[in-house]
Amino acid sequence: MLDVKNISKTFYPGTINEKTAIDNLSFHMDDGDFVTVIGGNGAGKSSLLNALAGTWLVDEGSIVIDGTDVTKMPEHKRAAFLGRVFQDPMLGTAATMGIDENLALAARRGKLRGLKPGISKAERESYRELVASLGLGLEDRLTAKVGLLSGGQRQAITLLMSTLQRPKLLLLDEHTAALDPKTAAKVLETTNRIVNEHHLTTLMITHNMKDAIANGNRLIMMSNGKIIYDVRGEEKQRLQVTDLLKKFEEVAGSSSMSDKLILG
Amino acid sequence: MFAFINALPGAVAQGLIWGLMAIGVYITYKVLDFADLTVDGTMCTGGAVCIMMMLKGHNVWVSLLVATLVGMLAGLITGILHTLMGIPPILSGILTQLALYSVNLKIMGKSNQAINVDKYPLLVSLRNVKKMPIFQNTIFVSALFCIVLIAILYWFFGTELGCSLRATGCNPNMSRAQGINTKRNIVIGLMISNGIVALASALNAQYLGFADINMGRGAIVIGLAAVIIGTVIFEKIFKNFALKLLAVVIGGVIYYVVLQAVICMGFDSDLLKMLSAVVVAIFLAIPYWKQHFFAKKVTKGGAENA
Ligand SMILES: Nc1ncnc2c1ncn2[C@@H]1O[C@H](COP(=O)(O)OP(=O)(O)OP(=O)(O)O)[C@@H](O)[C@H]1O
Ligand SMILES: [Mg+2]
Repeated sequence: MLDVKNISKTFYPGTINEKTAIDNLSFHMDDGDFVTVIGGNGAGKSSLLNALAGTWLVDEGSIVIDGTDVTKMPEHKRAAFLGRVFQDPMLGTAATMGIDENLALAARRGKLRGLKPGISKAERESYRELVASLGLGLEDRLTAKVGLLSGGQRQAITLLMSTLQRPKLLLLDEHTAALDPKTAAKVLETTNRIVNEHHLTTLMITHNMKDAIANGNRLIMMSNGKIIYDVRGEEKQRLQVTDLLKKFEEVAGSSSMSDKLILG
Repeated sequence: MFAFINALPGAVAQGLIWGLMAIGVYITYKVLDFADLTVDGTMCTGGAVCIMMMLKGHNVWVSLLVATLVGMLAGLITGILHTLMGIPPILSGILTQLALYSVNLKIMGKSNQAINVDKYPLLVSLRNVKKMPIFQNTIFVSALFCIVLIAILYWFFGTELGCSLRATGCNPNMSRAQGINTKRNIVIGLMISNGIVALASALNAQYLGFADINMGRGAIVIGLAAVIIGTVIFEKIFKNFALKLLAVVIGGVIYYVVLQAVICMGFDSDLLKMLSAVVVAIFLAIPYWKQHFFAKKVTKGGAENA
């Protein structure tokens, strides 16, 4: 499904701010893999997702999604293959447009946008059901501007948007990090439901190691732009948070451990 | 007072024509979130093209159409400067605007070209604001232009393409993630906007009876004034997109009526542009002041790389 070969990305090359965010990284995902990604601040997790999404082009290496080489493909074209939810709830939706209009935008991902109506009556009805499935009571506020919703509600809508057109690859960048624990749990539950329902190949970054262990069939740990640990299946299920912490200390040395890694 | 009432129809007609222009500004400034200064040039180009074509004997409608197309071309240039050459929005607009000064001079051959309302079939004219049959009345004709344009734009911004334009202005990150070509959309928006401004310019030149190299100077400020007046007065009651555009046109009319009142009260007309600039500056500052002094807003950083 996903084949990443030897990709590298350096920001501000040749200056004192030079920073290699991704360092000769290779990575393969099978169809239906649900991979959780952990790593300290600045490890390159978001950079990996941005590289896949085409936020910028990589300096070296190649990215192939389901047989299509997307290495040089601009972000908006790649979007046809990808669903994305960002950490910042403000980022995934158009605040001045209605819930229904946002969903309609997402329903046309990867399609030519012409002079047909931006949203049809039948479509709006189908969204009512879809939104009702979130269990947030938003189905009665379908035309409300998304800007009026809470962060959790917006993330839930973004999640729907990213999967409305079944993506070949779903990219979740700490999409529950900005939410309160209860809402975060709810959004994560919805994520699992949608991923299972549509059998989606998923890459999910999280700073919560319990979540990283409890979700998905595979776990990778990143450090300095490299994947330093990759477990799957039973081995992953047997993992304990303490194992991961130990791993972190091995690579980073306890001194540079970020507070975020210490679990509450 | 009598002088004011006498001048009122003219002020309304001017307000409608500039209201049309302000719709163009609304599309870039409000919908696309792109402060486009090209319009100071386009607000002359449209008139120059239209007057020159009519002087050469072309049909008035053909002249209007060509003026609009040339305006769209100006928008295209600004769009290319911004999207393909990475120049910031304001500077892209200024560069095109400057270039248009030369273009406008070349189109007209000199700095001013007059057209006689008695010899040419002008659609609007300051001579036709009073005592005319309704269908030839300039106020009616200008209002009709505004209404037809609003209807077209209302339809367009409800289409798939139009929705993607609105999304582009609102949240470019999300738009790209949803497969929208934001660069192309910015170019399309700039073309639509400048086409509208050039159309308004063509009408304005007919109304005045001449095209002049300076007729676009400060156009962006007048356009913004109309947008802001219209938005501030009607934002609570006009939620629908078509009504929002209508509010902008009414904003243009209010601007010109107030301007006329100020003139009639004996205000030094040399200072009018300064007055406009001050008023627009204050209105632009209001949302900023509200945010900084009256509310605590939580902002999150690291959007793109978080
Ligand atoms: N667009 C960019 N411009 C410059 N530097 C960048 C950019 N994106 C990432 N970096 C740098 O690359 C490194 C990796 O950043 P990245 O955001 O991928 O880390 P992360 O693993 O997602 O961290 P966090 O857990 O804090 O989100 C950091 O040093 C960061 O400063
Ligand atoms: Mg990150």
